[in-house]
Amino acid sequence: MTSGTRRTGLEKTMKTILLVSALASLLIVLLIFIFTMKEAMPAFRELGVWKMLSGTTWRPGNGEFGILAMIAGSGLVTLGAVLIGVPLALGTAIFLSEIAPGWIVKIVRPSIELLAGIPSVVYGLFGMVVLVPLVREIPAPGNAGFGLLAASIVLAVMVLPTIANISEFAIRSVPRGYREGSLALGATKWETISRVLIPAARPGIISAVVLGLGRALGETIAMIMVIGNSVVLPAALTGNPLSIFLSRARTLTGNIAVEISYATGVHESALFATGVVLFILIMLVNSSAGFLLRRGARR
Amino acid sequence: MENETTRMSTEGYSLFYGRFKALNSIDIKIPSNRITAFIGPSGCGKSTFLRSFNRMNDLIPGVTTTGTVRLDGRDVAKEDVVKLRKKVGMVFQRPNPFPKSIFDNVAYGPRLHGLRNRSDLAVLVEKSLRQAAIWEEVKDDLQKSGMSLSGGQQQRLCIARAIAVEPEVILMDEPASALDPVATLKIEELMNELKMNYTIAIVTHNMQQAGRVSDYTAFMLTDQNRAGNLIEFGATKQIFTTPVDSRTEDYISGRFG
Repeated sequence: MTSGTRRTGLEKTMKTILLVSALASLLIVLLIFIFTMKEAMPAFRELGVWKMLSGTTWRPGNGEFGILAMIAGSGLVTLGAVLIGVPLALGTAIFLSEIAPGWIVKIVRPSIELLAGIPSVVYGLFGMVVLVPLVREIPAPGNAGFGLLAASIVLAVMVLPTIANISEFAIRSVPRGYREGSLALGATKWETISRVLIPAARPGIISAVVLGLGRALGETIAMIMVIGNSVVLPAALTGNPLSIFLSRARTLTGNIAVEISYATGVHESALFATGVVLFILIMLVNSSAGFLLRRGARR
Repeated sequence: MENETTRMSTEGYSLFYGRFKALNSIDIKIPSNRITAFIGPSGCGKSTFLRSFNRMNDLIPGVTTTGTVRLDGRDVAKEDVVKLRKKVGMVFQRPNPFPKSIFDNVAYGPRLHGLRNRSDLAVLVEKSLRQAAIWEEVKDDLQKSGMSLSGGQQQRLCIARAIAVEPEVILMDEPASALDPVATLKIEELMNELKMNYTIAIVTHNMQQAGRVSDYTAFMLTDQNRAGNLIEFGATKQIFTTPVDSRTEDYISGRFG
């Protein structure tokens, strides 16, 4: 065999191997979706998709399987985490990429990476021991400390490393010419950051936030430990609408994890249905990121 | 040179990267409303020197200087850097429009300096684009991204962006080195028109370009310690025909560099 044909052969083999690896993840996603869907079908068929999605009571004993409260719980805790975590993460990213001298970066960045390595159950413990008692100090009727606020803070810290790291990289990757161009026009450092660097890094920052959102929606054990787990539609405890975050709640993930060990029959199927809803929510988040990115590119 | 008004000048100006001396005691007077070209081989410090006039070297950690740089007789080191850079604009080697619309690129500087009124901005943007000889090519769609233009157009957009803040001096750091000959010619023609209103200092690798566009030429060269020195400065015609220093003659005639 000449080396020419051997090389073409290798070329073809490699191409096939790479194609298979790329298809593998697609296949796995499809398989997970199909099997979860298959297990969820009895619940959807028996109870009705809309009735499950809009139902606010979850009483497996009574055959009531409304998951709206859990959708709201997951949604609100993620919203809370975004409200707290994104500004914090962006601030960190901007500081590390543009402002901090090298030696501070060398201390801060590893500690953020360390944050990413802490197991979520440890975050849960921290939340229970530190945050929950703190939140309990807020005067409001029915405030037990366990609830959306404590959970949002825990979640914000958990998504911080992801969002901060990727955003920092995005800001650092902005070409030096933009920075110099802006400064040479008499812009201050902050004007350059806010008017040129952040807009230019926007696609990367959006990806960072979406990855963080995905992680937040999927977080389970830490949420179970601090969110209170009551199946109630979160509602404001006082006249202040923000006090909704003092309400107890349950996340979609928590619902599955807490009950799957003993659930049977329709109950079990309803938990799979919860998983399907979670799956679709995460897909929606990802595709909305795609939409935002395209809109950014057009401008 | 005796009859010229000085716009910018340096006296005994040296610049150090850490302990390394990159510029050695440079004295120069850059005349107003003229084009002054800085030529010399790579690494002779001409770009570094150009960046001293708007203090872009401040951004580099470890840079220290001695001597003075003056704009209209005032020491730029004592001036507010934001105000200085408004008066001393800069065009870079690689065209660097922001990833914004053509309009927003040109309006960027004026907005920074407080111009908010939309119709005033529109007038200023048009005026700047006209002065930069790019208006006719872009007037139909000012909302198009500045990045979508060709390299030569991007560079003229950057010149428009610099003009829009109404500077006194425009520094150009090899503004045509990334452009093709046709785009280069356009930039050179443009410079000739701009010198009516602005003082221009240009760094160029291209000696023909210096000969074509500049009124005055400064020749720089590194000494045995690799520090940049100003060897000779004078009217371009004189530098190119009857240089005083033999090193200038060697460089001009292509014996090295």
